[in-house]
Amino acid sequence: MFGLSLPETLNSQLINLCAAIMLLLGFAMLAQRRILSLINLFMLQGLVLFISTFIVAYTTRQNHLYISAGLTLTLKVIALPYILHRLIRKLSVKWDVETIINIPTTMLAGIALVVIAFNVAQPISLLSGTIMRATIGIALACVLLSFLMMITRSKAVPQVIAFLAMENGLFFAATSATYGMPMVVELGIALDVMVGMVIFGVFFFQIRQQFDSLDIRHMERFKE
Amino acid sequence: MIELILVLAIPLTTSLVLAFIGHRAYAATINIAGSLLTFLAAASLTNRVVRFGPMNLLDEQFFVDPLNVFLIALTALVGFTTSVFSRPYMRVEHDHGRLSAGRLRLYHSMFQMFMCTMLLALSTNNIGILWVAMEAATLTTVLLVALYRTPESLEAAWKYFILCGVGIAQALFGTILIYFAAEQVFGHTQGAMLWTHLFAYRTELEPTVLSLAFVFMIVGYGTKTGLVPLHNWLPDAHAEGPTPVSAVLSGLLLNVALYAIIRCKVLVDGALETHFAGNLMMGFGLLTVVVPSFYLSRQKDVKRLFGYSSIEHMGLITFAFGMGGGVASFAGLLHMTVHSLTKSAIFFAVGHAAQMAGTQVIDDIKGLIKRSPTIGWGLMLGTLAILGMPPFGVFTSEFMILTTAIKHYPWATPILLTALGVAFAAMFSKVQGMAFGESTVRPLAHNPALLPVFLHLGLVLMLGLWIPTYLNEWFRQAARMVG
Repeated sequence: MFGLSLPETLNSQLINLCAAIMLLLGFAMLAQRRILSLINLFMLQGLVLFISTFIVAYTTRQNHLYISAGLTLTLKVIALPYILHRLIRKLSVKWDVETIINIPTTMLAGIALVVIAFNVAQPISLLSGTIMRATIGIALACVLLSFLMMITRSKAVPQVIAFLAMENGLFFAATSATYGMPMVVELGIALDVMVGMVIFGVFFFQIRQQFDSLDIRHMERFKE
Repeated sequence: MIELILVLAIPLTTSLVLAFIGHRAYAATINIAGSLLTFLAAASLTNRVVRFGPMNLLDEQFFVDPLNVFLIALTALVGFTTSVFSRPYMRVEHDHGRLSAGRLRLYHSMFQMFMCTMLLALSTNNIGILWVAMEAATLTTVLLVALYRTPESLEAAWKYFILCGVGIAQALFGTILIYFAAEQVFGHTQGAMLWTHLFAYRTELEPTVLSLAFVFMIVGYGTKTGLVPLHNWLPDAHAEGPTPVSAVLSGLLLNVALYAIIRCKVLVDGALETHFAGNLMMGFGLLTVVVPSFYLSRQKDVKRLFGYSSIEHMGLITFAFGMGGGVASFAGLLHMTVHSLTKSAIFFAVGHAAQMAGTQVIDDIKGLIKRSPTIGWGLMLGTLAILGMPPFGVFTSEFMILTTAIKHYPWATPILLTALGVAFAAMFSKVQGMAFGESTVRPLAHNPALLPVFLHLGLVLMLGLWIPTYLNEWFRQAARMVG
């Protein structure tokens, strides 16, 4: 399985580097106030995911991973950021992102989440026969960080970006722990993400029309 | 094999056809015809499975055994009756100007697409495709919940989207973990995601990874089932969507999500040879029975009231499967059936009642029986049935669950009984006020289709009095698989 043309250690080091950048970007998104920078960070995260998937595909000679990498590139690096940028322009919202909890507190909570993620993932990492032992903990940490971001943001667009970043973390987990899932499943997931994004887009306009704002806090009719 | 292809292809084709002509006057009839054909195909598939046993189809990508074929048949049946109910209901909504022709087209098309995704989730053998189908079901229902485009419905749909999106992302992580465990045994092949393969080699899978995976799975699919504390989206989505959608959400989607959890439980407890997954389900189940029963008395909206009641019943079913064993699993399956029949019947009656009153506020709906005895009594009998009054089937299944609990987990019995009692007091008084008294409601412009209400209640009554032998055998087979 490990028919390599590059030394294995170099590849695994590269992937570990990607994992570290993923985590860093996760924190950067958590701390980012500006919506445009947030979209750019999301695009960067997609790019890192693409690179790491590509390296795994190259190292392990799993041809279907090239397709998965291609999907990541077209969907998460090109299509989704483009759609988001367009949406922002059409809705003419360039405001700063408001957070419900202040950012330093969020960062501290984020650190705690990373510690938890590494603890949870430890038994799995020990079993992992893949070239990327430590990465599953990082992937779980990315998922939890996006989760935190979703909770602490009050506007619709950052919530969606957090949702998509969570999907990035999950894909990273899939490639790092298992060399990617079977093709049919990955295609299905990509389709769901795409359709979901279209619905999100429609919703943005509807919500704006109804509430004159994309602030989710305006939607508080259902207080128990 | 042809039956299974038909079960999936008919709703898909109908959905595509309705995407173009769904706004025409005859679209509702096509909707009914498509659902009827799906039901006939499902019935024939059921017949085959009950007679010849489980089967793998299409290169093992699909798997039909007594457990899921029972849910396929139930889904197709309730889908059919809901489409019958929705014809006059949607006509009234259209006449009142709440829905444009374009929205009606979206509704018809998405209704069939939703049926298709649920049937795919039930019949697939691949746990990855199961996830994809569940996510697709979420997306279609988000569109259906937001159909009226009112601020409230948009809020409900957004909440549903975000909460279930997060939930289902956890389920994907759980799926990845199971695949990871399986990959150690099977290598990197398609087979490592097929449930039948996983189940056959369950003892060789790594137990720590599996138990971790189950935690993610129950949180993920539990969000869709409406397990407390992840239930927040459910009452809103039920209250704000059109009533046929509330009926299929409560009656079908919750069952499908629960089915995913049950499949995982069978796998994980089979591999661990402990009762870890079962205990987790019992804990979530008990919490889910108790919490909503105390919310019931505070509800002002009739559809929210029954939404909370659905959460409570899902808790009861989760608890039953968590206990495990022949009787409890049998009771869980029976309760799934009777709950989905009764709850959809109630929503049919509630939908027309709300249309007659022009509001969903409980206090403003009065004297239904005086104006329309069929709708009034339909609602009253349905409520009595769902509250577990004999001789309806809900009583039978609740009785079986309680007696099993007394035998194996006596401490849980008083908690369950209290919750059921509180729910009875809250719901009965509210519905009584709606059914009896001086009438404030107007008659409907179109004749309501009330056959589905009484068909469902009739079936529930039959299941309470006498379970036919073949059905009994079928439930037993399925219960044995759940263990």
